[in-house]
Amino acid sequence: MEDIILEMKNITKTFPGVKALDDVNIKVRRGEIHALVGENGAGKSTLMNVLSGIYPFGSYTGDIIYNGETCKFSNIKDSEAKGIVIIHQELALVPEMTIGENMYLGVERGKPYAIDWNETYGEADKYLKKVGLSESSHVQIKDIGVGKQQLVEIAKALAKDAKLLILDEPTSSLNEEDSRALLDLLKVLQSQGMTSIIISHKLNEISYVADQITIVRDGQTIETLDKAVDNISEERIIKGMVGREITDRFPKRSGVKIGDVSLEVKDWTVYHQTYSDRKVVDHANLYVRKGEVVGISGLMGAGRTELAMSVFGKSYGKHISGELFIDGKKVNLHNEQDAIDHKLMYVTEDRKGDGLILENPIRVNTTLANMKGISNHGVLDLDKEKQVSEEYVEKLNTKTPTIEQNVGNLSGGNQQKVLLAKSMFADPEILILDEPTRGIDVGAKYEIYTIINDLVSEGKSVIMISSEMPEVLGMSDRIYVMSEGRIAGELSREEATSEKIMEYILKEVKHDDKTLNEVKDD
Amino acid sequence: MNRSTVMGFVKKYTMVLALIVLVIFFTVRTDGSMLLPQNINNLIAQNAYVYILATGMLLCILTGGNIDLSVGSLVCLVGSIGGTMMVTKHMGAAAAIPVMLLAGILVGVWQGFWIAYRRIPPFIVTLAGMLAFRGISNVVLDGLTLAPMPDNYLNLFNGYIVDFMKGDKINMSCMVIGVVAVVAMFLVSLNSRRSKAKKGYSTGSLAGQLVKLIVIGAAIIFFAWKLANYKGIPYILVWLAVIIAVYAYITSRTTVGRHFYAIGGNEKAAKLSGINTNRVYFLAYANMGFLAAVAAMVTIARLNSANPTAGTNYEMDAIGSCFVGGASAYGGSGTVPGVVIGATLMGVINLGMSIMGVDANWQKVVKGLVLLAAVIFDVESKKLAK
Repeated sequence: MEDIILEMKNITKTFPGVKALDDVNIKVRRGEIHALVGENGAGKSTLMNVLSGIYPFGSYTGDIIYNGETCKFSNIKDSEAKGIVIIHQELALVPEMTIGENMYLGVERGKPYAIDWNETYGEADKYLKKVGLSESSHVQIKDIGVGKQQLVEIAKALAKDAKLLILDEPTSSLNEEDSRALLDLLKVLQSQGMTSIIISHKLNEISYVADQITIVRDGQTIETLDKAVDNISEERIIKGMVGREITDRFPKRSGVKIGDVSLEVKDWTVYHQTYSDRKVVDHANLYVRKGEVVGISGLMGAGRTELAMSVFGKSYGKHISGELFIDGKKVNLHNEQDAIDHKLMYVTEDRKGDGLILENPIRVNTTLANMKGISNHGVLDLDKEKQVSEEYVEKLNTKTPTIEQNVGNLSGGNQQKVLLAKSMFADPEILILDEPTRGIDVGAKYEIYTIINDLVSEGKSVIMISSEMPEVLGMSDRIYVMSEGRIAGELSREEATSEKIMEYILKEVKHDDKTLNEVKDD
Repeated sequence: MNRSTVMGFVKKYTMVLALIVLVIFFTVRTDGSMLLPQNINNLIAQNAYVYILATGMLLCILTGGNIDLSVGSLVCLVGSIGGTMMVTKHMGAAAAIPVMLLAGILVGVWQGFWIAYRRIPPFIVTLAGMLAFRGISNVVLDGLTLAPMPDNYLNLFNGYIVDFMKGDKINMSCMVIGVVAVVAMFLVSLNSRRSKAKKGYSTGSLAGQLVKLIVIGAAIIFFAWKLANYKGIPYILVWLAVIIAVYAYITSRTTVGRHFYAIGGNEKAAKLSGINTNRVYFLAYANMGFLAAVAAMVTIARLNSANPTAGTNYEMDAIGSCFVGGASAYGGSGTVPGVVIGATLMGVINLGMSIMGVDANWQKVVKGLVLLAAVIFDVESKKLAK
């Protein structure tokens, strides 16, 4: 007899006009790590929101049976009282508060009129140790990295006496090392009796950590795979997610002629925007040729985004030094417009925060970076604007009813396409794509790769920053590895393997420790 | 028409419908005196400063819900400069007007510099301005009221377009201008519809567009008829029409206008798209200084004096009109026509309650509640849309 901690039966949830969940059934065994996978918009997060009471009882149909009893949660407090704790993709921590304050936010220790700070920090430290964090709970959230912040979220959940932990894309903003640490922590917690449900796009992580995998597609549960009996290879999971087999995850690029060097950065050094004594890019050298895709791999915080943005018209950083050549000519780009005028474009990793105006339609977003292209002497030609944005919707296969749709209503993959459309309409010759497929589903990723291939076949240069190893290996002609602000190594397509990349990263980290000691000796 | 199109219509034209309901309400409660020609004329003359200031305030608000608290004091300051020149020093209007405009622009540039290039919060910079400019005006005026203004100056703002057609009972030229305006509106909008159709763009329903045109046309004719029965078209209406038309065009049809919306929508995205965000903030506040100077000229003409308390609370009227008119408190959305409707709505409430003899204190209570209700409605309807 299986020991089932949670069963969700015949769950159906409709939003106006859309059936988000359609008769979903899922069973979770006590003490297992249960993965929930599916394309974006398949209904995974909706299902978890139903479970945690964010969508209260009555707004859906079906039953939630937890520990043998049917539950009717009307808010998140109800589900937390039973030990069901959800950790959302976007971390819910206040940067200016300490770890301890954050962990007990809303459930402060002591009395409402007299918070017991000793108990708060004492208890917090206890849980921090459990998740393997050595930081004191007096440290402010803004002073620790995003990987550690994620661990604080888990410590916070443990402090709430969680029995069933739900993690929505816990590693989406973590680098490979931090991701692995987090997954290992889940395994440790499992050995202590914790049940976890993990939502993730990263299939290698799922195969590594999950005991059972439930695949969700179009609001329905398609199948549940058991690690003990089924084949749970990545290909097998993808087949379930998309309903067909994707034999090749990266479209072929052939017959692209690689030409002259279009952009070259020499001896580039950048200091942190706010802490201007901290070096974030350290004497970096790199170049890209026409028709070439150059990948930049590295850990989160290695300085890749900082390098790209500082090159893009000094949009990041202080005390920038070094030389920049475009088509062999030395240039000094003063601001973003200057960079765009020199046919250089940076496509941000944070499409919602830094890339798009979510409350504006596709039409407005598409032309944002090149209003000159749709105006005469500063007067907009609205007809032309429509024509341009419709062209790009068609060209990039953006799924939307009309170009007047607000970008905020599109799925992640389609938002990414609008962001690319905006950048492409600015007519650049060199594009720096920062994490171009972050948080989008397998099908949309393939389409983005196709767009990248089209760009280089037109003779444009693409620099692609990516934290996903398979993507870097599958798409790049050449790969730079960045670590601790330096270019730690350069690999050709033929010689690149994930082991080699990892090796470069680790070597550089060790090397850096040594120089640090040398500095101390001085 | 099904239910959702009716809901969509109501949502899009809420404030217009509210305005119509209010006008009918006050007309009934005042036995029709609300719509007497003189009262229509007063509605424009009394609220001219609100339209001018609210137009400038909209640009500030678009950049991200930023407001300018200093405009009331700036109106007083610029007014005191004009009063000193024209009343005390007996200089002509031709000398005073450029100096007043320049003074307004200089103050706008001063505040714009700190806000845009030094990133001091607008609330702080303009709060400082609100205190300082009021103080300076009192020093300039030495606490006195300067009056009267020269006649040629007064005539620029308080005068009426002469009836060149010499109408018998009514002002004929006023009617003719009204009719010409309506015909021009029909021609322009139908022509743009035809060119859209020619290029193969969707044009929307013809009936809907005609209904809209007919309603606006009828309102213009009605307005013209009322004014013709009084003294004709006041010059101030011409100034207002020019300012509103220019700013409506800038915000909807130019790249600079689009920049204001982009920054309010997502400043980082705008910056990475090559938009000079500092320059846009600067323009918003420099322009506010310019329009405050225009409002100051209108104000001293209307009061026929420059006095130390002129312009008190004008900033609140302007800010209120923007939000009632549908500008988002977070920036990024709002239109000049919307602000015009908002300002008119507040003006109608003012005028209607004054005619009804409602106590001035209660008028403030009502205006406050209307402002709150408008913003609540805006926020709630956005939530529903999601």
